[in-house]
Amino acid sequence: ILRYISQAGRSKIDKVLIANRGEIACRVMRTAKKMGVQSVAVYSEADRNSMHVSLADEAYLIGPAASQQSYLAMDKILQVAKLSGAQAIHPGYGFLSENTEFAEACKRQDVIFIGPPSSAIRDMGIKSTSKSIMSKAGVPIIEGYHGEDQSDQHLKEEARKIGYPVMIKAVRGGGGKGMRIARSDEDFLEQLESARREAKKSFNDDVMLIEKFVDNPRHVEVQVFGDQHGNAVYLFERDCSVQRRHQKIIEEAPGPGISPEVRRKLGEAAVRAAKAVSYVGAGTVEFIMDPGHNFYFMEMNTRLQVEHPVTEMITGTDLVEWQLRVAAGEPIPATQDEINLQGHAFEARIYAEDPDNNFMPGAGPLLHLSTPPADPSTRIETGVRQGDEVSVHYDPMIAKLVVWAEDRQAALRKLKYSLHQYNIVGLSTNIDFLLSLSGHPAFEAGDVHTSFIPQHHNELFPPKKETSREMLCQAALGLILKEKALTEEFNLQSEDHFSPFTSNNGRRVNLLFTRSLTLLDGEKKVDLKIIYNRDGSYDMHILDKVLRVSGDLLSEGDVTYLKCSVDGKVCKSKLVMLDGTIHLFSMEGNAQLRIPAPKFLSDVSTTASQGGAVAPMTGTIEKVFVKVGDKVEAGDPLMVMIAMKMEHTIRAPKSGTIKRVHFKEGVQASRHAPLVEMEEDAESE
Amino acid sequence: WALLRGRYAGPLCRLYHGDVVATIGSRPDSNSPVYQESYDRMKALVTELKDRAEKVRLGGGEKARTLHMSRGKLLPRERIDRLIDPGSAFLEFSQFAAYQLYGNEEVPAGGIITGIGRVSGTECIIVANDATVKGGSYYPITVKKHLRAQEIAMQNHLPCVYLVDSGGANLPRQADVFPDRDHFGRIFYNQANLSSKGISQVAVVMGSCTAGGAYVPAMADESIIVKKQGTIFLGGPPLVKAATGEEVSAEDLGGADLHCRKSGVTDHYALDDNHALHLARKIVRSLNYKKNIDVTIEKPEDPLHPADELYGIVGDNLKKNFDVREIIARIVDGSKFDEFKALYGDTLVTGFSRIFGYPVGIIGNNGVLFSESAKKGAHFIQLCCQRNIPLIFLQNITGFMVGRDYEAGGIAKDGAKMVTAVACASVPKITVIIGGSYGAGNYGMCGRSYSPRFLYTWPNARISVMGGEQAATVLATIAKDQKAREGKQFSEKEEAALKEPIIKRFEEEGNPYYSSARLWDDGIIDPADTRLVLGLSLSAALNAPTEKTRFGVFRM
Repeated sequence: ILRYISQAGRSKIDKVLIANRGEIACRVMRTAKKMGVQSVAVYSEADRNSMHVSLADEAYLIGPAASQQSYLAMDKILQVAKLSGAQAIHPGYGFLSENTEFAEACKRQDVIFIGPPSSAIRDMGIKSTSKSIMSKAGVPIIEGYHGEDQSDQHLKEEARKIGYPVMIKAVRGGGGKGMRIARSDEDFLEQLESARREAKKSFNDDVMLIEKFVDNPRHVEVQVFGDQHGNAVYLFERDCSVQRRHQKIIEEAPGPGISPEVRRKLGEAAVRAAKAVSYVGAGTVEFIMDPGHNFYFMEMNTRLQVEHPVTEMITGTDLVEWQLRVAAGEPIPATQDEINLQGHAFEARIYAEDPDNNFMPGAGPLLHLSTPPADPSTRIETGVRQGDEVSVHYDPMIAKLVVWAEDRQAALRKLKYSLHQYNIVGLSTNIDFLLSLSGHPAFEAGDVHTSFIPQHHNELFPPKKETSREMLCQAALGLILKEKALTEEFNLQSEDHFSPFTSNNGRRVNLLFTRSLTLLDGEKKVDLKIIYNRDGSYDMHILDKVLRVSGDLLSEGDVTYLKCSVDGKVCKSKLVMLDGTIHLFSMEGNAQLRIPAPKFLSDVSTTASQGGAVAPMTGTIEKVFVKVGDKVEAGDPLMVMIAMKMEHTIRAPKSGTIKRVHFKEGVQASRHAPLVEMEEDAESE
Repeated sequence: WALLRGRYAGPLCRLYHGDVVATIGSRPDSNSPVYQESYDRMKALVTELKDRAEKVRLGGGEKARTLHMSRGKLLPRERIDRLIDPGSAFLEFSQFAAYQLYGNEEVPAGGIITGIGRVSGTECIIVANDATVKGGSYYPITVKKHLRAQEIAMQNHLPCVYLVDSGGANLPRQADVFPDRDHFGRIFYNQANLSSKGISQVAVVMGSCTAGGAYVPAMADESIIVKKQGTIFLGGPPLVKAATGEEVSAEDLGGADLHCRKSGVTDHYALDDNHALHLARKIVRSLNYKKNIDVTIEKPEDPLHPADELYGIVGDNLKKNFDVREIIARIVDGSKFDEFKALYGDTLVTGFSRIFGYPVGIIGNNGVLFSESAKKGAHFIQLCCQRNIPLIFLQNITGFMVGRDYEAGGIAKDGAKMVTAVACASVPKITVIIGGSYGAGNYGMCGRSYSPRFLYTWPNARISVMGGEQAATVLATIAKDQKAREGKQFSEKEEAALKEPIIKRFEEEGNPYYSSARLWDDGIIDPADTRLVLGLSLSAALNAPTEKTRFGVFRM
């Protein structure tokens, strides 16, 4: 403590370097701007045109895309700090935020590291150490084995002693890595081996701890704040129980169903924990809570968490401002009594990922991006804009949608309403999943726990429904009206603006124009017959039913809406047409319909069914199993590619002979790139 | 009186009151029994028109259509829909060609669909054979319709796209198809001459092109053929076998591969109909064709009165009078009409308006033509030619006034002035027969012989040299006189027996379907569509550069 106080008194921070990217960099900069503090961004080559670069007052290139050579390159970052004259570095979350070495390096160079002292980071980074410190400070912990003897036999015995199910965890682990559950003696060794392998790869350390595994636990964490003067306060709890792949997806504050009594106990335990390590700055004490609301210390995160905004919303604070002020040596801006809980807040994390495919992370361009309007109770924390790319190199989070309302029910309603307006085209996102999650009755009831998703899997992943006739009508109308708009644009170039040939009215002499249109609903072909009525409406025949459709396109900002009446029912949807696909977004749901490419075009384009295999996502080719001339059967592996840190095996879509191999090992392939060209066997034609 | 009756529309673009244009038209008493009866009767005619058109649309019937589609071919109307800009209008001509023309043989639309549509932003004449109708073979009326389409292309400078799918001349009727000047050969003569005038000729071979038909793609500037579907040869396999004994398949004799790879008769190889039409659109895009409009254009406004009131105003009784201004009020932009010489020769209404923003001079009948009306008409046509304003004729005319005083007053020479003016005017002329079209009135009001760019008929119209009643009376009088000279009696019964078939025949032959079947017009239209059809026609007509009019001698 002494060393901090001596340095403190009051340091001056009027320029801060943000050693991060994406939404958190932007988040920090916004507060910096508000406080009149200049912000310095660092960026990798992949982030040249990123939002955080344009938001900063100054920005410096620090290396290639790979984070090892850019956002994790401490020397380069410190160099920029010196060069730019920044007095402090805000590490955000991830990257260097919990890196002891970096915190120490900052100190050596006389740059303020906005975070706790390195000792706190170290103590809390090692799970066994953190537990024993907590235990001593009177914070409830879960029993377990944290011993030195790492032999298989010993660990197994310990597991048996604790009682199955047990959790096997890497001591240095985090983020769900190196973590396995063993439910019996039988699968213990297998899970242990697996956890070790992963831990070795991720942290180069395979020391394991075993602890009791709490079934259906809740993940409840408490936001704490400490200053250099030995003060610490809590800002209540957040519930982050609903997780996928051991990662949070939706968070809320306060925790639903938690009594003021438990809340106070949680907060006080968290403050004890913070004080035990002389904590300075923003930190989070994570607890695991059983159905009886008993809670046990799990770990402490020594950084500003992704989900900090929900706490800000219910306490009316700006935690980044607090961080900057505390780092400058000021005491915590509020005392415990001054921190009041008001209302309820939710945060939904919008990711580039495919929920239907085990939440496989994705990447790609944000061809269309429109968000609900931001207001004091709706925050859109993002680091990307329309036209930006979600890079394969970094976390695939696109944005955090944060809403606040007077109570949980109102906040949840607002969350759903806002999610409906968060529309992205270009890559798969989890928005629809977030909608079904936030609309689930158990979630609405606040009955949350960490196995929420597996438990309610069937309801959360309903079978894909066919697009309704009404939606098909909207899509067809959207197409027709867009066509009209394009014609009008064309007409502007001509001298002959008003010729009735230029209006797409489909008029025929004595007849009504009947247009056949085929749309692809997934793989299913839907045939529409559209009759152009003389009054400008359309009669659409879909599967033996006729619907009367009319409407207009409206522009609001750069977003196009379709106002459409189907058999007298009027609705308004967002309309995006890109690459031959019609996207509709409305409160009633979304639809994506493709316009089939004519045969003469599709014969030359590449599709999986047609000729060979394509890359499912952008990634690096790890292994190539085939060469030109090889005969393969349908399903044979052709290549292995690594994308988003996961292996994907690309298999032959059909039997045939390899005609060309487009990629070598180690080369990067972009999404939908054809990987090999195949020739079908003669007999299969 | 029109001026006094007119209401004033709001100020136009340039000045305040100075530019105010009187609007015309009044609200009809739509509750009156007369109006309602007229409305119902015209509505019935329009319904009949649409029902008949609906039947024509089906072409050669269910079986032929199914067979056609089973070959992977698109129906001719679908081909047109996909050739033209998606969702744009198509101005079809003469749907009722061949209607009840060949006795029991039905040849819907004459086996060929013609019209004007926008292809890649360029207005084009489209000629599409309907192979579901008698294999797309050319009946005499088919030839006439094809030639008429080419005439429209010539007069209006419209590129031509031929969607060919035809077995060639109809052999049993070869004498009426092959030898004369305006027969089959004229198609290729026209192709050559159209091309020589810079009017592009594009052929898409989507079916057979046999014998003479082979010249359609061969004479075209650029041609496309569909794989395993299109064939081109001077003599088909049966003829080849008969002539030389050689046995060869149609595909080997004249398929897409042969003509794109070896003979060079066609330039583009299409995989299917859709591909062919896509290629045709690309060809039209590369014609580098620019429509130069040398008239002023203003922003169009809808007429103030609903178009369907025309039904109640006009009805189907030609003996009933109506004010043609009420018709104009339901056709022109904003119902605005600047009348010319409103107080003089008032059986002819003349004045300036706009339709879809294009300027027009309108000439409409409000009764029989007198000397004054004819002279006024001639004057007005001169004005339009001087100013390069297209002319619209709304024809509802029993003829020029007869009688001693009028003959003495020189009605023949005054009528001749108007006929001269109409004949020589080289601005676009478009005629709509909205009622009767009788005798020399037909000439003065730009009938078919006066080469209007387009001529349309309403379903209530009647066209003949005179009314059936009058013709019967004329013939009965002559017969009576003859009997009288022979000293015989001509009983009333005899007179009735003589008159009845004449009246019946005039009625039948004066019927618009009778006219349209023979291509005496470019189509029967719903009166409520008149504004649109005129707008489309004007738009097409303005593709041609205007020529300076030179009038012949006006007999003074």
